[in-house]
Amino acid sequence: MEPLQIYERIKQRFPDKVLEIVDRKPDPFAVLAADAIGEIARCLRDDGEFAMDCLSNETGVDHKDRIEVVYHLFSYRHRHGCVLKVKLPRENPVVATVEEIWRAANWMEREIFDLLGVNFEGHSDMRRILMPEDWPGYPLRKDFVEPLEYHGISTVRESPIIRLDQKKK
Amino acid sequence: MSTLRTEEMTLNMGPQHPSTHGVLRFVIKTDGEVMREAIPDVGYLHRSIEKIAEKVGYHGFMPYTDRVDYVCAMFTNQGWAMACEKLGNVEVPRRGEYCRVIATEFNRLASHLLTVGLMGMDIGAMTPFLHALREREMINDLIEELCGARLTFNYMRIGGVGWDLPPGWREKALAYLDHLEPILNEYNALFSYNKICVERLAKVAPITPEEAISYNLVGPNLRASGVKWDVRKDMAYSVYPEFEFDVPIGSGEWGMLGDSMDRYMMRIREMGQSSRILRQALRQIPDGPVLGKVVRNFKPPAGECQVRVESARGDQGWYVVSDGTSYPWRVHVRTGSFAAMGIIQKLSRGLMIADLVVLIASLDVIAPEIDR
Repeated sequence: MEPLQIYERIKQRFPDKVLEIVDRKPDPFAVLAADAIGEIARCLRDDGEFAMDCLSNETGVDHKDRIEVVYHLFSYRHRHGCVLKVKLPRENPVVATVEEIWRAANWMEREIFDLLGVNFEGHSDMRRILMPEDWPGYPLRKDFVEPLEYHGISTVRESPIIRLDQKKK
Repeated sequence: MSTLRTEEMTLNMGPQHPSTHGVLRFVIKTDGEVMREAIPDVGYLHRSIEKIAEKVGYHGFMPYTDRVDYVCAMFTNQGWAMACEKLGNVEVPRRGEYCRVIATEFNRLASHLLTVGLMGMDIGAMTPFLHALREREMINDLIEELCGARLTFNYMRIGGVGWDLPPGWREKALAYLDHLEPILNEYNALFSYNKICVERLAKVAPITPEEAISYNLVGPNLRASGVKWDVRKDMAYSVYPEFEFDVPIGSGEWGMLGDSMDRYMMRIREMGQSSRILRQALRQIPDGPVLGKVVRNFKPPAGECQVRVESARGDQGWYVVSDGTSYPWRVHVRTGSFAAMGIIQKLSRGLMIADLVVLIASLDVIAPEIDR
């Protein structure tokens, strides 16, 4: 099935949970209600019509006024895929985990939590994955400002070129 | 005789352990030689490449993509170029596509040679490593002639490749393939079918096809579990439909489907197929330009896309969001090693400590690709 067909089918089943279908090149996507992701994901995996057995990618995007979590699903049986999104508020974004449905979500959700600060409800191991445990803030947010030091280690470096220039004077 | 009292121990493996393929750390909970669990701790090589992409623009990001996976940088180059081309609707000249296929397949050979060699070294055999690196060195020389670099290539551009094949390169490449093909059999005789190797790898940490899909394993690791899926064939990109090649899959011929031996043999067999593709590509390469016309201030229209490239470590997904300016709004790369690391904790339960090294080597995990 083409992605747009898939979105229409999902809409038929969950009429008030599909908020928007955006038909934009190159990849169209569907926006879901944040509270319905678990239910819809389970249906997409278990229903033979979709058979989305693989969560090929899960990531987050900071849009300044909202945070989006993006799910790229894929079916090895039917060789089709689709893109789903949920929109979350920037203050305290929370969405249900899909870890129980696709195991791959465990690490991907940890990464989103680490870099964008999205909390996944029901996740078995919600720890930071790439950054140190005590790192302040969420680096992939657009308003993130890198701290000048971490435990006394400077994160900035004076440009060596400027240093040479000053020596001359 | 009094009963022995045992207790659970927590051991630290890494981050500078020589056989963890980069800077990786495992916290191992063990009682004797059999592990209860190995918890991977990653992030030591996190260089915030995705954040850098938001600051340097579309053309400027190309050299950074090399650093995502420095063992097979051609694929990350290609993934990024293809994502930009899809967003900006850029046409790549046919000779450019052929150059890409030739460069990436040579890179796949180099990467698989390293994996095969490292597999030997990780289980305690030094010789296969040296043999594999000897052959890999020649590929590095070939690629160096092509783009001037041996590891971080920066060969591709949005709209094609940076340089055409140098004069006389094609003959050298073909001569190399003549040299390599018999050597693959030599590897098999020396190492793959060696009794020690088979006993060491067979039946270690098997992965079922369902598990492999649920954990989103990709590439050779997925195919070793018997799932016939290759992006080059099933979601064909570039000029791959013009070549004849097979997709080898694991069959469990050494005892269990998807065990470490199956995963190891995938690499050996894929090298044969890469060589086949290369021969066809070098024979069929058309004349013409290698780089299409792309404006310097590349501004793709607002939109988003995901492209998938079959890298040496499997299906690599580049997700790029454009807001219509000359800087990408968000770039995310989903890599094979990241997924493969996610399954180690589960597979490690009940495994011997020494087999953890085999497991990591057979999954072909490369640390920079996990952390990015």
